[in-house]
Amino acid sequence: MQSTAHAFRDNVDRALVDDNLQQSLAILKVGFAERRRQAVERLPEFDALRDRGRDIKDHALAHLDFYLERFEARVTDLGGRVHWAPTAEDARAVILDICRQAGARTVTKSKSMIAEEIALNEHLEANGIEPVETDLGEYIIQLRREPPSHIIAPAVHLTKDQVAETFLEHHRKLGFDQRLTERSDLVAEARQVLRRRFHEADVGITGANFLVAETGSSMLVTNEGNADLTNTLPRVHVVVASIEKVIPTLEDAATLLRVLARSATGQEWSTYTTFNTGPRRAGDLDGPEQYHVVLLDNGRSRVLGTNMQEMLRCIRCGACMNHCPVYGAIGGHAYGWVYPGPIGAVLTPQLVGVDEAGDLPNASTFCGRCESVCPVRIPLPGLMRHWREREFERHLTPAAVRQGLALWAFLARRPRLYRLVTGIANRVLALLGRAEGRYAWLPLAGGWTKHRDFPAPQRGGTFHAQWKARGGARQ
Amino acid sequence: MSGRDQILGAIRRSLKRGALHGEARAAVERRLREHPVNIVPARTSAPPGDRVRLFEHWATFNQATVARVAAADVPGAVSDYLASSNLPAQAVMAPDPALDRYDWNSRPMLQLRRGLPVDADRVAITGALAGIAETGTLVLTSGPDHPASLNLLPETHVVILREADVVGPLEEVFTRLRARYGEGVMPRTVITVTGPSRTGDIEQQLELGAHGPRRLHILLVQD
Repeated sequence: MQSTAHAFRDNVDRALVDDNLQQSLAILKVGFAERRRQAVERLPEFDALRDRGRDIKDHALAHLDFYLERFEARVTDLGGRVHWAPTAEDARAVILDICRQAGARTVTKSKSMIAEEIALNEHLEANGIEPVETDLGEYIIQLRREPPSHIIAPAVHLTKDQVAETFLEHHRKLGFDQRLTERSDLVAEARQVLRRRFHEADVGITGANFLVAETGSSMLVTNEGNADLTNTLPRVHVVVASIEKVIPTLEDAATLLRVLARSATGQEWSTYTTFNTGPRRAGDLDGPEQYHVVLLDNGRSRVLGTNMQEMLRCIRCGACMNHCPVYGAIGGHAYGWVYPGPIGAVLTPQLVGVDEAGDLPNASTFCGRCESVCPVRIPLPGLMRHWREREFERHLTPAAVRQGLALWAFLARRPRLYRLVTGIANRVLALLGRAEGRYAWLPLAGGWTKHRDFPAPQRGGTFHAQWKARGGARQ
Repeated sequence: MSGRDQILGAIRRSLKRGALHGEARAAVERRLREHPVNIVPARTSAPPGDRVRLFEHWATFNQATVARVAAADVPGAVSDYLASSNLPAQAVMAPDPALDRYDWNSRPMLQLRRGLPVDADRVAITGALAGIAETGTLVLTSGPDHPASLNLLPETHVVILREADVVGPLEEVFTRLRARYGEGVMPRTVITVTGPSRTGDIEQQLELGAHGPRRLHILLVQD
């Protein structure tokens, strides 16, 4: 998809006044985080599993070439095909080619962030092939022609009434002309509509949560069962996955799965956790005749061996965004590209460039909750700090910020002058703000006062002065 | 240069080495061959009787229903479940020889068809390779005796699971898969199922029956 990360500030302004979005975010903040907390409490080994999960991913990344080759050999042994796609364009071309050779008119899709990353739907549509999203949330936003706002709950920004309106608009022509008010009726209607689409589809496209080198399996985790219908009913199954998804063994998958579902939705285990291995076997009554795996690099191999490598451990659970105060205030669309939240703030500058997405790593309070919940212990604040440094080095920071920081650095290196200047500023601000107790506008602080008042300093002087007066220095 | 060479080359350049060889390669080969077990939650080490109870606990926790029956009572338990759920006494059943051991003729009113499901089928009956006590999960392997669409298309799925097939952790399933299919070999699809299909995609509220079954009923067979 086309990035709007460069317009982050405008996106944020819009998000903060979007009532429907704010209503949805209020539920999100309590729901996911609380369910995760309960699931973690039920499993005493959770933190030890996180350590092991981190180690497994680090091991896989350090031997990535070996495990990818082994994975390919296994898939080929079983009659499947592996396609290597260095760029998004390569991946789109391979998938279109597979669809054309299958004579496909419609393809069903199970939610895949990689497919979003390579803008697959737009490419298929432009070439006369209709992609049908089958994950309920993804289906809803496809009808509305919106991007996902969360990596595991793509329609989390919408209310039930908005969904009802969308269904009425798009399902009327299929004979569903009632405006629904119950969630269960909305789910039932989507089930009926999509069941037909499952049967019509010539090709099924899924992502993968993991690729297992030992067996050549691609793994999928869903709650709806849509991925299983997508990989079982059509004649052709295409898996599109990025290269860092490969792990060594089934045992390694077990460890990562134990932290994935709990971190994502607070479930003990996702409803459907599936290992797909190759095409239909002799004697099988169903399953695809062809099985393809498209391995996407799209810049990831460059991250290996750098101090940003840890971002490649990500297993896309969404816990970092569920626990992020910034995501909780602005939602996912404001981030402007495929991956929102803290992991988006780290991945997006890597994948679309720091010129485009340099604002995202600044959208953090550095509270550290993302790192504290990450199932594979990615040091997200540290990685964001790295991008801030890159942005600063490349002089992408606004001139006012740079000059302000230079002035502050000048004063901070001269303690006596610093105390003199801050002491004067403190007294002036306290005097001028005496009547109101706060400022609605201050020169040089427009960014702050645009959204809230700046409190006038209280009696007692600067922090330094108060610290000294209370005897803090003697401790 | 092929895409394959480009990607593998870029990975090796970033890792500052060539293709793995010698002792480094032998070590990863060994790790794959030995597939060491990582951390297994202590809750899975219950003795067999407790293991079945643990399975029941987690399956129910995840909105499945569970009934424990003797082998001779399986057809009756299926009929009774369908009647109590207001479903017709009809089902499509997996062509799995393991299900022939139950005396289906004891319930002549129960109409069973073996094979693939069609849209009109409201109930599917299948066996399972195993049940995982750790999470109340069923392990369903595809094959000539068990088409995967049986697990997905009908609204109600009745699974017949022998208590002896209830294992502790997921890792024991891998042991069984390797014993049955060979090292590093898997059937076309292995679906692990925990409760009925569900979605939280509308206002984050749980709704059952998104695309797969709305009801998952497990008959735990004592033998």
